[in-house]
Amino acid sequence: MAREKYRFNTPAGRVFDVFNVVLLVAIAIVALVPFVYVLAGSFATEAELATRSFFLWPETFSLDAYEAIFTSPAFVRALITTIAVTAVGTLVQLMLTATMAYPLSKANLPGGRLILSLIVFTMVFGGGMIPTFLVVKDLGLLNNYWALILPMAINPFSLIIIKNFFQQLPAELEESAKIDGANELQTLWSIVLPLSKPVLATFALFYAVGIWNDFMSPLLYLNDNSMWTLQMFLRQVTVATDLSVVEQDPTQLPPAQGIKFAVIIVATLPIVLFYPFLQKHFAKGMLIGSVKG
Amino acid sequence: MAMLDTAVTATETLTVQKQSRRRRGVRVHFTQFKWLYLLLVPGIVYFLLFRYWPMYGAIIAFKDYVPFLGIADSPWVGLAHFEDFFASPDFPRLLANTIILALLSLLIAFPLTIIVALLLNEMRVTILKRTTQTLIYVPHFLSWTVVASLTYLLFALDIGPLFQLVNGILGTDINFLADPAWFRPIIVLQDIWKNTGWGTIIFLAALAGVDQAQYEAAIIDGAGRFQRVWHITIPSIMPTIIVMLVLQMGQILNTGFEQIYLMTNSLNRSVADVFDTYVYFMGITQGSYSYSTAVGLFKAVVGVVLIFGANWIAKRFNQAGIF
Repeated sequence: MAREKYRFNTPAGRVFDVFNVVLLVAIAIVALVPFVYVLAGSFATEAELATRSFFLWPETFSLDAYEAIFTSPAFVRALITTIAVTAVGTLVQLMLTATMAYPLSKANLPGGRLILSLIVFTMVFGGGMIPTFLVVKDLGLLNNYWALILPMAINPFSLIIIKNFFQQLPAELEESAKIDGANELQTLWSIVLPLSKPVLATFALFYAVGIWNDFMSPLLYLNDNSMWTLQMFLRQVTVATDLSVVEQDPTQLPPAQGIKFAVIIVATLPIVLFYPFLQKHFAKGMLIGSVKG
Repeated sequence: MAMLDTAVTATETLTVQKQSRRRRGVRVHFTQFKWLYLLLVPGIVYFLLFRYWPMYGAIIAFKDYVPFLGIADSPWVGLAHFEDFFASPDFPRLLANTIILALLSLLIAFPLTIIVALLLNEMRVTILKRTTQTLIYVPHFLSWTVVASLTYLLFALDIGPLFQLVNGILGTDINFLADPAWFRPIIVLQDIWKNTGWGTIIFLAALAGVDQAQYEAAIIDGAGRFQRVWHITIPSIMPTIIVMLVLQMGQILNTGFEQIYLMTNSLNRSVADVFDTYVYFMGITQGSYSYSTAVGLFKAVVGVVLIFGANWIAKRFNQAGIF
């Protein structure tokens, strides 16, 4: 059928095909080049960064920039903090979302409908930045890592998609567990969650990327430099060009330009490494939750 | 947003089952569903604490919030903060900055997304199509901090590759990161770079659903490639385009906080300040909690009105709305 579509091909059509290939390859390159440039720059010497404005492969390979950041206590602290907050946060957010999605997936639960509409309402309207900040403040969560996790613990979109997934699971499995005398908690743990591993993995990735990339929450809720996450650290180094945060040995001259490149790479690396999984699942996840074409 | 639909369908099925149950007592309900209710507790606590308490807290927009008095006991001031805001010279500036950025995105980034999706759809070499897709989705997953950092490196004064390239072409010596005239182009550029690829997913899904028989019929009628795209492909994905447009309209005042904040500096404030960053600067930096809450509330209410308004317009055009 696909072949049929192109049977009546005109010269103009073929010219367009060539043009289309060139254009899309160009678009793909534009998407990728900044990253390759930064990767190359992170392995270049300061001298090369000062003399060559653009390159995709360093002339002299150097690890100076990475050495500088990985010997910086502030950077290592930010990196470890970010990894820990992302790991704990993803787990907490996923658990909260799944435990709430399960009862809501039971169509006969009295009050479930009301709760669902109240959740949908929060997707259209919210209290805003300052009232949320005041809640976090009143709960005593300022300068506390839980402030990076709890205020965004349940994403209503994710919740509803997971709920819908639970609803599609074959009811027989849960019923047989019920006959065996399991209560809903046991059913959720031993039947429903294992069956939902792929979906839960998808949303774990959603949440993990969200926490890893989050800049607004640490900006709002952490005002102690020593608590900074990687994104805060990155901003200070590149946007504010404040290299003092690297806390280098003052007798040594840090590779000022290289550090910026290297920090960007470290902040991006996990995303790039997980990208193959992300792409597969995210595209699917986005389509589940999107409009019917 | 179809989530709204899904939610509605789910709740419809629910009513039927609910009626037969209504005769039994509340106590029966509770014992029968106690485990399910128990599972709901953490989630409900979350929504009450972090979603509904802030909505209650938003009433400080009508009060003079004094931290040690708390939300309830702070004195009412009516609409004073709103009046201050609308009368201040900041208001027209913020409104203009916000709307210009939204319109630029709507007029440039939005059509570009559709065009890239159409180009991808016309691509016949599957492997090339897949590879392009894989590559253009990547920037979506990078944080705004990384995007801002890349921008700062690429446009760095004197040494940035794009600083040299663009200034070389134009024969100028523009400092893109500080020049207010270049703030908007850079924001739009970032937006395009980060989100165009990702945005195509939804249109590609719609394109995959177009009835192939129509193309065959058109070919027999002698329609050329461009004619097929114009008369079949685009009308077929029109509902999707309208829905996405509606969603964008509802987001007009929601310029991404992180993106704008990261690109704002003392030199470009006149064009950079938008509602979101203004709320931050007034509220968090200067501590005017009530005033900034009023600004945020104004923005949120306008957002709700816009999304319902755009949906109403979409329906009048006889297209599927989102609600």
